[in-house]
Amino acid sequence: MSLADLAMLGVAVLGGAAALLVVTARNVVHSALYLVVALLSVAGVFLLLGAEFLAWAQVLVYVGAVVVLLLFGLMLTRAPIGPTAQANELGKALPLAVSGGLFIFLAVVILGSFGDTTLALTPTSTDQLGAVLYIHWAFPFMALGFLLTVSLVGAIIVARREEGEGPDPLAGRVEEPGRTTRPAPVESDTTSDPTPVGF
Amino acid sequence: MQAAYPLVFAALLFCVGIYGVLSRRNAVLVLMSVELMLASVTINLVTFGAIAADRDQQLTGQVFALFVLAVGAAEVGVGLAIILLLYRNRASVNIDDADLMKY
Repeated sequence: MSLADLAMLGVAVLGGAAALLVVTARNVVHSALYLVVALLSVAGVFLLLGAEFLAWAQVLVYVGAVVVLLLFGLMLTRAPIGPTAQANELGKALPLAVSGGLFIFLAVVILGSFGDTTLALTPTSTDQLGAVLYIHWAFPFMALGFLLTVSLVGAIIVARREEGEGPDPLAGRVEEPGRTTRPAPVESDTTSDPTPVGF
Repeated sequence: MQAAYPLVFAALLFCVGIYGVLSRRNAVLVLMSVELMLASVTINLVTFGAIAADRDQQLTGQVFALFVLAVGAAEVGVGLAIILLLYRNRASVNIDDADLMKY
C-alpha cells in the first residue's frame, strides 16, 4: 500500500464520516458545517487524483459559495436551530434499506470490475485544462456561462416578494383566496407557538 | 493508487445522499443531500478519466466535472429561491407540507 493509497483512504474515511453526520445530525446548522468537511474531502480526492484546478474550484464554489448560500437559506427560513425530529412520513427503515442495499450493490460491482485497476497518477496542470476547455469545449463553456446567468436572474425573480402574494409567515398559516393585502402579524400566535407547524 | 478507493467513496457519498433525500424533512437539508450526490458524480467523472490514462481523456473527465460543478451551483441558487417562496407561502420548509400537486 503506497502513500497515495493511505492518503486517499484517510480522506475517504473523513469524508464518509462527515457525509453520514450531514444526514444524521439533529441540528440543521451542524449539518451545514459537516457539509463543509465532506466537500473539502471531495476537494482532497480531486487533489490526490491530480486534478488541481478542479480541487480549488471545488473549494471556491462549494465551500466558499454554496455552503454560505445554504446557511443563508437556513437563516431566512427560520429553520429550527435546536434539535429537530428528522424522520418524515417514509420513516427511517425504508430509506436505510434503499441506500444500504444500493451501496452494497455498487461496492460489489465496483470491486468486481475495478478491484485490481491501478491509476497512473499524472497531475494535470491548470494550463493544460485551460487549453482543452477554451479550445475544444469553448462553445459548451459559453453555454454554461449563459446558464449560470439565467439561473441567477431566475432565482432573484422567483424569490422576490410580489405585491399581495401569500400570507406573512409570522401570521400563521392563513390562506384565504382573493386576499390582496398581507394580514398583519399576530403577535400572540408567534409567542404562544414558537415552532412552525410540521417540526 | 487503487482505482477502487475513490469509486467506493463516491458510491458511499451517493448512497448517503439518497438516505438524506428520502429520510429528512427539512427542504434545505434535502438540498444538501443533493449536493452530496452531485459531488459523488464529479468524483466518478474524474476517476474514470484518470483510469483512461490518456491525457486528453483525463482532461475531458475533468471538464465534465467542472460543468457538473457549475450546474450544481446554479441548482442551489434556484432551489433555495424555490424553498424561500415555499416558506413565504406556506410558513414551513417541511417537504411533507408541499403536497398541493400530489393527487
